Amino acid sequence: MSKFGKHDGLLAREIFAEAAKEAFSRCPKLDPKQDIKAMFIGHMGEAYEHQGHMGAAVADWAGLTGVAATRTESACASSGAALRSGIYAAMSGLADVVMVGGVEKMTHRTTAEVTEYLAMASDFPFEQWHGITFPGLYAMMATAHMHEYSTTEEQMAAVAVKNHFHGSLNPKAHMQKEITLQAAMSSRYVAWPLKLYDCSLITDGASCIILTRPELACKYTDMPVDIIGSGQATDTIGLYQRQSLTSLNATKLAAKTAYELANVKPRGIDLAEVHDCFTFAELMAYEDLGFCPVGASGKLVESGETRLGGRLPVNTSGGLKAKGHPVGATGTAQAYEVYLQLTGQAGPRQVKDAKVGLTQNVGGSGATATVHIYRRDQ
Amino acid sequence: MSAREPFSIEQFYRFLQQHKLMAGKCLKCGKIHLPPRPLCDNCLSQEFEWVNISGKGKLLTYTVINVAPLQFHALTPYAVGIVQLENGLRIPGMINGIAQKQLKIGMELTLDFGTCSTTQQWPQWPRYCFKPPT
Repeated sequence: MSKFGKHDGLLAREIFAEAAKEAFSRCPKLDPKQDIKAMFIGHMGEAYEHQGHMGAAVADWAGLTGVAATRTESACASSGAALRSGIYAAMSGLADVVMVGGVEKMTHRTTAEVTEYLAMASDFPFEQWHGITFPGLYAMMATAHMHEYSTTEEQMAAVAVKNHFHGSLNPKAHMQKEITLQAAMSSRYVAWPLKLYDCSLITDGASCIILTRPELACKYTDMPVDIIGSGQATDTIGLYQRQSLTSLNATKLAAKTAYELANVKPRGIDLAEVHDCFTFAELMAYEDLGFCPVGASGKLVESGETRLGGRLPVNTSGGLKAKGHPVGATGTAQAYEVYLQLTGQAGPRQVKDAKVGLTQNVGGSGATATVHIYRRDQ
Repeated sequence: MSAREPFSIEQFYRFLQQHKLMAGKCLKCGKIHLPPRPLCDNCLSQEFEWVNISGKGKLLTYTVINVAPLQFHALTPYAVGIVQLENGLRIPGMINGIAQKQLKIGMELTLDFGTCSTTQQWPQWPRYCFKPPT
């Protein structure tokens, strides 16, 4: 994974090369040019750099020209979808070794431009056309949740405080500074009830991982992690068409598939990286992934159980909130954090005895979700 | 109206310009689609008829947007919400004509047809909005 933050003067393909270099160095037995047969690269917006066709561009700059490389686009779940696509490719036998990853370069654009580009992942004729922004969509879900379950702005702010604490322990995080509840609560509104500190960061960054079939893993690495569950699902493109405004059905469907494949229950998860594009989205993820009963997510974050040292640490990387959210890179950056945790390489933010991890990556206002479950190789 | 009008979003907005809120009703299973769609997501039928929908509804959820794309910047802060109409149909839109502090889930709102933008660019769709009933 590249450092997440502001990469002035670098293009997406150059930032991706930093992530690729690390992946190569972590697999000393891998001959990248010889062994990698396919690449799936998450990238959301060609508007940022006036650059489409990112699959070929990053293959080129990663020194892998010639490899079958495809850009996968599912909004903010672009590299979660890349991971899923890589699993299809590896498990089908068409490609023994696959590089999956993602990249986004965002910080050179103004907030208004980024707001517009991100909104493109929502429904154009009824949401974008009527001035509904991305924070606006999650704000409407938060409003409905507050109304139905008495969830509070303080509970959302508690997610920000926790994730900034985790981010302070991650040298690759965009923001490595703790914040206070008071600072989070007094930040200005972006879309009521969501404030600036409820929003993830506009960040540059790239991430990637190397996939292969279980029986081949020891050929390339001494520290493999098994992906034991994978699920991907969709929902209506427009938030307004959904039966529930307080949960993401795509997450629930993807989680069901992943839990069943992995033969794991929510209580069997030791740590999770979830899609906290907004603090409220993390609360919703707790409920949709079965970490707590419906409506109880606010109490769960307040209990401290999802903080490092708690029963189920969530977003030990700092999450999208503090580590940053270069949208196309987020899904495989989540997988990278779980890889570090399950192989005992997470340093000061290491979760003790972590054996099973989960990642949840959401696209748009929830029209796409991917869920993956990982286990430490015994 | 003619049955030949396509069950499309473009046609939905054309009707809206004529101050008609129209939905597509599946002739096979009876599901009503707002906006209309070419394939019923319940039974996959492709046969529909147009039905007129009342613009009266209730506010399901809302927000007030402070950070907007350039195009909407001059309007900030503005309220948007999702409104439930008859038959459980829902559409989102801006909410005007009410102090933002007085917005409440469950309150009654009515669709205001608004005007079509005169730009020559695609799309030429009217921007409707919701208002408290007069």
